[in-house]
Amino acid sequence: MATRYAGRRRANAVATALSLAATLFGLGWLVLILGALLWNGLGGLSLAVFTQMTPPPGSSGGLLNPIFGSLILTFLAVLIGTPIGVLAGTYMAEYGRYDRLSSVVRFINDILLSAPSIVVGLFIYEVMVAPMGHFSGLAGAVALAVIVIPVVVRTTEDMLTLVPNALREAATSIGLPRSMSITRICYRAASAGMVTGVLLAVARISGETAPLLFTSLNNQFWSTNLNAPISSLPVVIFQFALSPYKDWQSLAWTGALIITLAVLTLSITARALVASGKQS
Amino acid sequence: MQAARRPSVVDFALHEGVAVSVEAVTRAKVLDRLRLGDAAFRQLTRAAAIGVLLLLSGVIISLIDGALPALKTFGFGFLVSERWNPVTDNFGALPAIYGTILTSFIAMLIAVPVGLMIAFFLTELCPQWLRRPIGIAIELLAGIPSIIYGIWGLFVFAPFLQETLQPFLINTLGNVPLIAPLFAGPPYGIGILTSGLILAIMVLPFVTSISRDVFDAVPVVLKEAAYGLGCTTWEVVRHVVLPYARVGVIGGVMLALGRALGETMAVTFVIGNAHRISASVLAPGTTISATIANEFTEAVGDLYTSALIGLGLILFVITFIVLAAARYMLARIERRIG
Repeated sequence: MATRYAGRRRANAVATALSLAATLFGLGWLVLILGALLWNGLGGLSLAVFTQMTPPPGSSGGLLNPIFGSLILTFLAVLIGTPIGVLAGTYMAEYGRYDRLSSVVRFINDILLSAPSIVVGLFIYEVMVAPMGHFSGLAGAVALAVIVIPVVVRTTEDMLTLVPNALREAATSIGLPRSMSITRICYRAASAGMVTGVLLAVARISGETAPLLFTSLNNQFWSTNLNAPISSLPVVIFQFALSPYKDWQSLAWTGALIITLAVLTLSITARALVASGKQS
Repeated sequence: MQAARRPSVVDFALHEGVAVSVEAVTRAKVLDRLRLGDAAFRQLTRAAAIGVLLLLSGVIISLIDGALPALKTFGFGFLVSERWNPVTDNFGALPAIYGTILTSFIAMLIAVPVGLMIAFFLTELCPQWLRRPIGIAIELLAGIPSIIYGIWGLFVFAPFLQETLQPFLINTLGNVPLIAPLFAGPPYGIGILTSGLILAIMVLPFVTSISRDVFDAVPVVLKEAAYGLGCTTWEVVRHVVLPYARVGVIGGVMLALGRALGETMAVTFVIGNAHRISASVLAPGTTISATIANEFTEAVGDLYTSALIGLGLILFVITFIVLAAARYMLARIERRIG
């Protein structure tokens, strides 16, 4: 009996040790990756990175046009994707919470949320680039918007569902039409969560490369023309990292560090918003 | 909104029949004006929801439309042909499909046990104040963009594997009789094994967070009853928590699998881009997404482009099935606990 119990305790000790090892294993990769990013990218981080254009191999330069291109594409993608996402989420949470259309859209939305982003790029290529005959920044923005929409739909629906019904009933009781009780009461109540959704979507598309590879392509020079290829930070990192030139590779590491810092800041901000919303 | 002056009793008393006040008449007029906007808003939200539906069908239709020339030319042979020759316009998807499935399989082989053990640690063993920081740290792994994993894999991880793990595998497992072909070949550093390992790290947070949520949802009564009988912590997890949460865990694993199948940039950097099927996991290969990412902008000719879009269609169908199955299983566990 005693040896049997000793055996069980041993198994428990082994499992505990393994689980601790697994956790350290998982955390270790995070430390290694962030460490490598800081080690390789921090040295290249200077004012020049933010003020000079991408150089030809052999010269020094910066990442101004990719950063600018990424900001424009992200801004446009959020501009296009957020209204559609918010409206669809509103329908699913308010007007049609239990009907058939909402359950189908919920299913489809979850598929789109985890769909490979390169397939989204192919879709926009077929729908926008091929008919237009050329690559364009607008196509890249639309491809990113297609990735933004499912994220915003999901968070909007979740946040609006959390709004207590008492608020809606109170709004109706003083005579507000349904649309007003949604836009003026529910949106305001769920605003922290909805902003979190947009921040998460921005964090997601900041690092997306695949949909931009054949929609907005890349541009070596400064360009503000949305009807032409525009450079973006992830695609430039892709191009520079796979090249054989040392200065291009170090610029790629610096760009990777910038993207990672941006994404981590957005994620932590979004998390802090949710936490403060829960406390209040 | 209207002025907040309430109608007084005098207003009511001065009218015969219906008790109507000035405010009520004004309000009725304003609400009439708002009625159109109200109905329009409702239809607008409905249209947006249908728009999401149309988005998915648009993706499927455009992929089929783009892949049609290749499918017509090669027929079913496209799925099983090993040839990938842009010069003679002879394309087959088998190396790409093989690479996709093999890298995802290796990723799952590592990520599932490790993820479950991390979830075990976080739900049962970890002190309360440490749970949130560690959980956030693991989820930060999921937030790191794919291209960062790619550049890290190419410059840091692959050379490291080339110097340490791969020679070790070749010298040890490469001599075991039955599995020797799996570890044959020179240590390139890049290849299918490296891609699988990087995918494992990328997919680990998904398995961990979903397992953790499902473990937390197990009724405390069941666990307390097991502890009351004298079970050790590991026995509680193994015999009470895991069987209860089994469906949810499988759903989480399939969600992670769906993510691993579609992963592009991390794999493109380290897969080696060789359109062939090798027995060895140390050899370079290719995946569907890596092929498309590398070759799409250079594809000359309609058949080449169409073959690449055909690959995209195959990938979309595979991930659709996996994600639909995952969703179904997660819905089942939600119904059970919710």
